[in-house]
Amino acid sequence: MKPLPTRSGCCRAPNNNCCSSDAKDAPLVSTSLSFKDRLGGWKVRWGIGRVNYQVEPGLYAVGKPDGDSPVLVSANYKLTFDTLRKNLVGLDCWLLILDTKGVNVWCAAGKKTFGTSELINRLEAVKLSERVRHRKLILPQLGAPGVSAPEIARRAGFSVIYGPVRASDLKAFISSGYQATKEMRTVSFTLRDRLVLTPVELVQAAKKSLSVFGVLFLLNLFAAKPFDVNDFAVCAGTIFIGAVLTPVLLPFIPGRAFAFKGWLLGLCWATLAVGVLGWFAPGRRLFAAGYLLALPAVAAYLAMNFTGSSTYTSPSGVLKEMKIALPLIVISAIVGSALTIIGHLMG
Amino acid sequence: MKMIYLKNVATLSFLAEKCLGCGRCAEVCPHGVFSLADKKAWVVEKDLCMECGACSLNCPAKAIEVNAGVGCASAIIKGWITGSEPSCDRDSGECC
Repeated sequence: MKPLPTRSGCCRAPNNNCCSSDAKDAPLVSTSLSFKDRLGGWKVRWGIGRVNYQVEPGLYAVGKPDGDSPVLVSANYKLTFDTLRKNLVGLDCWLLILDTKGVNVWCAAGKKTFGTSELINRLEAVKLSERVRHRKLILPQLGAPGVSAPEIARRAGFSVIYGPVRASDLKAFISSGYQATKEMRTVSFTLRDRLVLTPVELVQAAKKSLSVFGVLFLLNLFAAKPFDVNDFAVCAGTIFIGAVLTPVLLPFIPGRAFAFKGWLLGLCWATLAVGVLGWFAPGRRLFAAGYLLALPAVAAYLAMNFTGSSTYTSPSGVLKEMKIALPLIVISAIVGSALTIIGHLMG
Repeated sequence: MKMIYLKNVATLSFLAEKCLGCGRCAEVCPHGVFSLADKKAWVVEKDLCMECGACSLNCPAKAIEVNAGVGCASAIIKGWITGSEPSCDRDSGECC
C-alpha cells in the first residue's frame, strides 16, 4: 500500500512518493484509518491545522475496481476523505476527489468549489470516460447546492445520482440499487453532531476573548487591581455558555433565534454568578448591573455565530435575526462593560 | 427532533406549472421540503427551507427559485465589512 498523497501546509504540489509508479494507475486507498488519521481528525476538530488538512484531488481506487465499478465523488478535506473511505469496507469502487481547497462537501458546495465546473474539469483530467464503461456518478447529496445535474449531463455526458447525506449509509444505498430512504436524505443535527462542533467554537471564542482579558489585565496594571479571579471565572463561564452549552442544548432552549437562546442562558449564568458572588449587595449594584448587561450580550453573540455551524438556518433568517439582535448586543455589551469597569474602579 | 428556524423568511418559490415531475428537488433537499404527488412536486413545509439552493440548481425545468446563500452570521458580518457576498471562507477559520 502506497502512502496516501496528502498536501502539506506550505507546498501544494503533489507529493512525489504518492503516484510515481504509473500516472494511469489511480492510488489505492485503504478503508481502515490509522492512528495518525484518527489523531489528525481529532486535531482539526480542535481547530489545529484545519485549513490545510487536505488530500490531493484526483482519482483513487478502493478494492479492485474495474470498468463497471461505481464512481463516488467527494471533497479533498482529509476528514471528509477519511470518513468516506472507512465506510467503504469490502466495496470495489472509484473515488473522484474534487479540489475543494480542503473544505468539506456541503460548505464547498455553498461556495461552488464542489461545483459543476470543477467536476467537469476533473472528469477530463482523470479521463474517467476511458476508465469506466458506464456514465454514472454518485455524488453526495450535500454536494447538490454546488452541482447542476442537468448541466453535467449536457456538458459531460454523465448522469448524476445523488447518494445519501451520510457516508455511513453509502453501502446500503449502493446495495439497494441506489435507493435512498427518506432518513438517508435528511440532514439531522443530533446532540452528537452538535457536540463534535463545539471544540472549534470554544477555541475560536477563546481566541477572540483574549483581547478582552488583555484589556482587563492592563486595567489591573494601572488601577489598584480591580479585577480578580472571580471576574475571570465569570467571563470564562460566559464564553463556555455561548460557545458550548447553547449549541449542545440548542433544541431545548426556548425561542428560535440563536442569539435569543444564547442571551437567555447567558442571563441565567450572569444572575447565578453575580448572586453567588454577593455582588447584588448595596454599593456593588452598578457593577452587578454592568455584568447583567454585558455577559448575556456576549453569550448571545457567540450563539448567533453558531448559525454558521448549524444545519438548518437560512440566510434570510440569519439576516433577520442579526438585524434585530446585533444592535442590541453591541449597545448592551458597551454599556454593560462601561458600568462594570466604573463600578469596579469606584468599589 | 426536527428543528425549525424563523418562520416566514425563506425566499423559496415554486412554479408548479413548469414542473416536469422528475423528483430531483425531493432527492436533493436536505430537509424534505419537497414531496412528489401525482407526478408533480409540491412544497410540504416551506419553513424548513434553509435556502441552500440545491433544488433550484438541479431542477431541469427551472421551476424553483430561491435566493441561495449561507445561513452563517459571521459570514454575513464579514460580507458587510468587506463589501462582498457572504461566503464561508475557511481562510478566516470562521464558520464551517
